[in-house]
Amino acid sequence: MADDSKVTIQVDGQTVEARKGAMLIEATDAVGIDIPRFCYHKKLSVAANCRMCLVEVEKAPKPLPACATPVTEGMVVHTASPLARGAQKGTMEFLLINHPLDCPICDQGGECELQDVAMGYGGDISRYAEGKRVVPNPDIGPLISTDLTRCIHCTRCVRFGEEIAGLRELGATGRGEHTTIGTYIKHAVASELSGNVIDLCPVGALTSKPYRFTARPWELRQQAGVAMHDGVGSNFWLHTRGSRVLRAVPRDNESINEVWLADRDRYSYLGLNASDRLLTPQVKRDGAWHPCDWSEALRVAAQGLREAAGEEGGEQLGFLAAPNATAEELFLLQKLARGLGSAHLDHRLRQGDFSAQAAEPRHPWLGMPVADLEGVDAALVIGSHLRKEQPLLNHRLRKAALRGAQVAFLNPLEFDSNFPVAHSLVASPVALVTELAAVAAALAGASGKAAPAGLIPEGTAPGEAHAAIAAHLSEGERATVLLGALAVAHPAYGQLAALARFIADASGACLGFLAPAGNSVGAALAGVLPHRLPGGDDAAASGLDARAMLEQPRRGYLLLGVEPELDCWDPATAASALDQAACVVALSAFTSPDLLELADVLLPIAGYAETSGTAVNAAGDWQSWNGAVPPPGEARQGWKVLRVLGNEFGIEGFAQRDSREVLEELRAACADLAPDNAAPSAPTPTQPVLDGLVRVGEVPIYACDAVVRRAAALQATDDHVEACVHLAPADAEQLGLNGVAQVSVTQGDLHLTLPLSVDARVAPGSVWIPAGVPGSSRGPACGPVTIDKA
Amino acid sequence: MAENQTELLSAASCAAIDAELAKYPDDQRQSAVMAALTITQDANGGWLTRELMDAVADYLGMPAIAVYEVATFYSMYELKPVGRHKLCVCTNISCLLRGSEEVVAHLSERLGIGLGETTPDGRITLKEVECLGACANAPMLQYGDRYVEDLTPEKLDQLLEGLE
Repeated sequence: MADDSKVTIQVDGQTVEARKGAMLIEATDAVGIDIPRFCYHKKLSVAANCRMCLVEVEKAPKPLPACATPVTEGMVVHTASPLARGAQKGTMEFLLINHPLDCPICDQGGECELQDVAMGYGGDISRYAEGKRVVPNPDIGPLISTDLTRCIHCTRCVRFGEEIAGLRELGATGRGEHTTIGTYIKHAVASELSGNVIDLCPVGALTSKPYRFTARPWELRQQAGVAMHDGVGSNFWLHTRGSRVLRAVPRDNESINEVWLADRDRYSYLGLNASDRLLTPQVKRDGAWHPCDWSEALRVAAQGLREAAGEEGGEQLGFLAAPNATAEELFLLQKLARGLGSAHLDHRLRQGDFSAQAAEPRHPWLGMPVADLEGVDAALVIGSHLRKEQPLLNHRLRKAALRGAQVAFLNPLEFDSNFPVAHSLVASPVALVTELAAVAAALAGASGKAAPAGLIPEGTAPGEAHAAIAAHLSEGERATVLLGALAVAHPAYGQLAALARFIADASGACLGFLAPAGNSVGAALAGVLPHRLPGGDDAAASGLDARAMLEQPRRGYLLLGVEPELDCWDPATAASALDQAACVVALSAFTSPDLLELADVLLPIAGYAETSGTAVNAAGDWQSWNGAVPPPGEARQGWKVLRVLGNEFGIEGFAQRDSREVLEELRAACADLAPDNAAPSAPTPTQPVLDGLVRVGEVPIYACDAVVRRAAALQATDDHVEACVHLAPADAEQLGLNGVAQVSVTQGDLHLTLPLSVDARVAPGSVWIPAGVPGSSRGPACGPVTIDKA
Repeated sequence: MAENQTELLSAASCAAIDAELAKYPDDQRQSAVMAALTITQDANGGWLTRELMDAVADYLGMPAIAVYEVATFYSMYELKPVGRHKLCVCTNISCLLRGSEEVVAHLSERLGIGLGETTPDGRITLKEVECLGACANAPMLQYGDRYVEDLTPEKLDQLLEGLE
């Protein structure tokens, strides 16, 4: 029976079914008939400017470009007839006229579309004896290297900029032979997805700058990996030679990262090769570090923690893990902590409020698969610089917005967005709660659903924007309410989460958590929480959370991949607690200055490419990988170190022979658990009194974790942020700080002087001082702050 | 990136651009880019600075690069200062067959400059352009908004004498 949505065509004698309206090249690609192309890309609009895909279509007078010819019923196509081949070879000859054919010195050589196609369609020798054109290379930043003489003007990079990155920065200027691709004014390409143009470029005109001239493609081995720097869990290939990771390229996974990779995931491997890798175990004696062998280091670590615990047992021990550790490491860490009798373990290092943690879901998640985010009709994003925090989730939401979805943001400052935002509510952290309450009140009024008592402050009067957001969420067939990193860092996070939950319930929207790191969800499932066991069951008694175990100092700590000065919500308190402790054991890939200062034993562990492991992304996808390269020096995979540490303490259950066995234990514990954002108990958040100026400690995109902070090329981009103070013009005026270059910043007992920038994007009452950045204020990421003239 | 630079455009330029904008739907402001660049160029002594192109981009709500693309594509936009008079000589196929080489040689000799150059006194710029669509009366050149056709050395001399 004929399907109306399909047409049947003949290609090279083969009957092919294709979607009505599809371009010919889509139909042939689907059945594996190869047509050469340069400008066509399945994720970009059709440009039809390279002319390489010319094919013969019967009844058409001339060869037609397969990428721009829609299929029609009964169409008869010849992709390799003399006419088609002649057209393709002719095009190829023209494309090669100005191409330098410098393949031996080109990074693309060996993986070049032009080279591949020229093998099949190019002539043996060139008939072109005239001069070739030479194009100067603009500097477009530290990530992408340009060799524009090689460019064949396919404009994939230009279309990527406009259609995917949402920034029109690259362009084709000039005309004919004088056309060049460039930003014209040579500023860095400011997209957090910019590196993708390297993969898109079919020639060697745009290549990776950090990788430049380091290897030939055929020397590389590739190993699948998963990016750990945000909740997406993008899939990539790590390309290695010997024991070194030389680059990362996207691994297609339509349901997660499609064909893209954020720059942070692409270039973070540079941090693995940083000069301050921790290469040998070290112990501190009398204030000086001494390298030692593993057995001694483990013995000293175990003994130190045992002595610190003393007669109170685990009660005096605290365990902090970075949420980008592997699930295996996290699971063994919790086993170790609980085996030692401690309930003080946590991975929520940047969370500001734990008062409603009992209401946190057992298996928190995005609320939907990653790919579904592009299908929403309405969204409310609370406290997130989404574009920089979760670049590829932002990309999905951007697609939704371009389709007409009503996306609203509620943030303490107005972040740049690369898509149309329906409503942008900007309010200081103090007012953030009342703004969200106003949306909740609008919904309570409209839906007739009563909010839990005390959730919405009395006298909350929704404005026009609040009512509009509420209406969009209710009317949207698929709507979502998302909580981001700035909400999590808020001292009233419990209340924000409770309001978000009510808004989602009352509007029929789906509540989602933007997992801040690659394994935030995995850490919750592995039970690296003071109140939950692996698999989400409630712990018998809740221990101290990440904040409390530092505010109520323990005598011993074990840190997994944590740089306390940069990864904790309140670095000064963290440093003081660790400083007072009798024993601090740090499992770390790096010799961080703060660990050298605060730790007593340093155990070198593998970075993300050097260990087998598993991560659970924001959408609850479990993804495992094998180590691509061995850990450097004496470093060992983290799960092995924890296992041996478990043996050192004589705790049961540390006999796993490989990481898969650890994973199986964790999977067994989570067998009955599906992603679900339902609250296990009614939230009872405390409502902290906040007043006056409040710091907004946003973590800049390239400050999120230890390895990213060491990726030099990322730090050289415009997204690198130095410690500074951004103040709303009204506040600057009121404090008499207009024209002042330096201000004194006070958080509690902490004082420092930082440069001031008066910034209209900042809401009055917000003071934007980045967190995770060396030299920034060491106080709470979100909390009262005083700004004075320096 | 670029600050809002529309204040670089004079009130008269803005009024002229607005008149062009009126020809297009409100959501198609970029349609007026060529006219806007011409107006802006004329108001600036015949050439465009990057700042002026940015100003046009801001005024029309376009990405700056898209304006650069237009300004670099068409030969009538100048990105460097030019003389008070610009002589655009067609050297494309029809004019070539009808003697454009002699036209260029004569002008070069009279003015002492080559193609793409300006006389030291800033009076005249000589420019080579592609086909301007007047092949029937080749060889030809464009001066201002006027075509001068069926060129001969006498006609060229006459033209040059008439230029301030």
